[in-house]
Amino acid sequence: MHIPDGYLSPTTCATLYAASTPFWYTALKRVREKLSTRLVPLLSVCAAFSFVIMMFNVPLPGGTTGHAVGMGVTTIVLGPWASMLAISVALLIQAIFFGDGGITTFGANCFNMAIVGSLVSYFVYTTVSGRSGITSPRRVFAAALAGYIAINVAALCAGIEFGIQPIFFHDATGSPLYAPYSLGIAVPAMMLGHLTFAGLAECIISGGVIAWLQHSNVALLKATMPTDDLALGGGWRLTRPFWIGLAALMIATPLGLLAAGTAWGEWGPDDFEKPEVRQEMAAASNQIAPPEKVPSGMERLASTWTAPFPDYAPSFLKSASLGYILSAMMGIGLVIVVGLFGERVIRLGKPEVKPNMAS
Amino acid sequence: MFGPKCSTGRRRDFVEGTLRRLAGTMEYATRADDSAEHAGLLQQIDPRVKLGGFLLLIVAAVTAQRVGVIAGIFLAGLLLALLSGVVRTLTKLWIGILVFTGAIVLPALFTTPGLTLWHLPWVGWAVTAPGLHSAMMLIVRSETSATLATLMVLTSRWVHLLKALRVFRMPVVFVVILGMTHRYIFLLLQIAQDFFDAHRARRVGRLNPAQRRHMAVSSAAVLLNKSMQLSSEVYDAMQARGFRGTVYTLDEFRMKGRDWGMLAAFVSLAAAAFWMGKQ
Repeated sequence: MHIPDGYLSPTTCATLYAASTPFWYTALKRVREKLSTRLVPLLSVCAAFSFVIMMFNVPLPGGTTGHAVGMGVTTIVLGPWASMLAISVALLIQAIFFGDGGITTFGANCFNMAIVGSLVSYFVYTTVSGRSGITSPRRVFAAALAGYIAINVAALCAGIEFGIQPIFFHDATGSPLYAPYSLGIAVPAMMLGHLTFAGLAECIISGGVIAWLQHSNVALLKATMPTDDLALGGGWRLTRPFWIGLAALMIATPLGLLAAGTAWGEWGPDDFEKPEVRQEMAAASNQIAPPEKVPSGMERLASTWTAPFPDYAPSFLKSASLGYILSAMMGIGLVIVVGLFGERVIRLGKPEVKPNMAS
Repeated sequence: MFGPKCSTGRRRDFVEGTLRRLAGTMEYATRADDSAEHAGLLQQIDPRVKLGGFLLLIVAAVTAQRVGVIAGIFLAGLLLALLSGVVRTLTKLWIGILVFTGAIVLPALFTTPGLTLWHLPWVGWAVTAPGLHSAMMLIVRSETSATLATLMVLTSRWVHLLKALRVFRMPVVFVVILGMTHRYIFLLLQIAQDFFDAHRARRVGRLNPAQRRHMAVSSAAVLLNKSMQLSSEVYDAMQARGFRGTVYTLDEFRMKGRDWGMLAAFVSLAAAAFWMGKQ
């Protein structure tokens, strides 16, 4: 899953570096607050552990072996924030010193394995283990499931990153400039290996190590216990970088107006009748001309729902840029409202539990 | 690289496989340290120049959209490798990348739509021009980027590279964490190798699959336990030496004439690649 240099375009690499930065910032701040002077030795040794665990061959059913990333174990023992940093440091050393994973793709590898992997591991583990006892077998199952799902979600992210390359980055003749396979090939190819070998290896290591620690060193499992006072939350101060980033993105939304050409596959029925749009469609589709008539299914379904702000341009605003910004604000607002509503529904009938996320 | 590294375990014991990987990693590190001591061209260059220059060239190689331009950067890397006496170490890397990336891009020769160049005999599959171009781009780009990154590591001592990171305003705490991580990786690799060696020495007969899994899991768990203990011991030792959370590094690098010359060469090459690499 370590993406080498050259497989992703500079734009994708830069985007994933930018997406990872607020997580690194928040993680460092959070871990520093909790660990203070312990930060340096703990993170160094845990990053070294994360590196070495990736070298372990795990015997799998069927006589094969696979190797785990250790994102499940690291998250459960350290908590997701410290895990993000430890895995990122391990990935940086792998990229620079051992050439495993690229330097330009370091942000992407961290996003997939360190950030998505740690967060998914944490949420699956805490959700499935619930308020069960620290030595409960349910925690072993939760850890195994967390490892399995986390590595597969990380692989899915990598598959999507590979799969979007030929769509957005090709030369004038249509030759892909980076990873050459479309989503339809890249995602199944990535998932096949991870749903089977790598997923099983992660599942065995995560569940097995947690079971072992339950018998030998329970103290190491306390970081992700519900009673622990190290919480994921932290209010405005901790989430501030995310909100600032979100606001910056919102303000930057009118940049889309500068883009030339057409967004592939986002055409409406009336676009098939405009010669200039038809030309753009052909140019974006490897010079394959669009059908002469509007596809009947598209024509039928296009009228089932009329958006209040078609093309991000509310009718009452004359400025296209303001329309984009207003649409972005409304979109973000709606997502927040839906999220808060969902959280309220999930919490209904449950006793009030202090949110937790270690270090 | 990416994807699970799987091997059939019937012929080769997983203990042997793990030991081989651990030993391979340590051997690579030793070789890198040794080659950094050679009296080659790059070994005498300021690590800050190498770090900045190679990163610039890697970005240029990833950004370039012409095979010829990327191949030009590769040839420049090859020349530097020859002048620094590390070609032999790089050969293994080139073969590995060629096999790995080649296997990945092989189907793209047939699945990428476009002008047909020729048909494979017997099966009749069509090799397309965009497929061939795309495969060449990916292989040349991967070989070039990996060559440059490895060249940087093989010609610099790790501690010097870490100090050079400070030029890019990397927080000093990260530089120290990277340095300590690098050191503890080898300690933990040694501990892991000792586990498996000790187990192999005491084992009679073959383990069944469940026993093998149990052994892999317990080894990982013991390693984790030892890591956490080690972290506490290191912390106590640091406290005993007066560590109070503030970290410092010594920056004794001085730029000489040849460093400026090499910096100019790196920047010129990267600028030319950026300019000529556009479509």
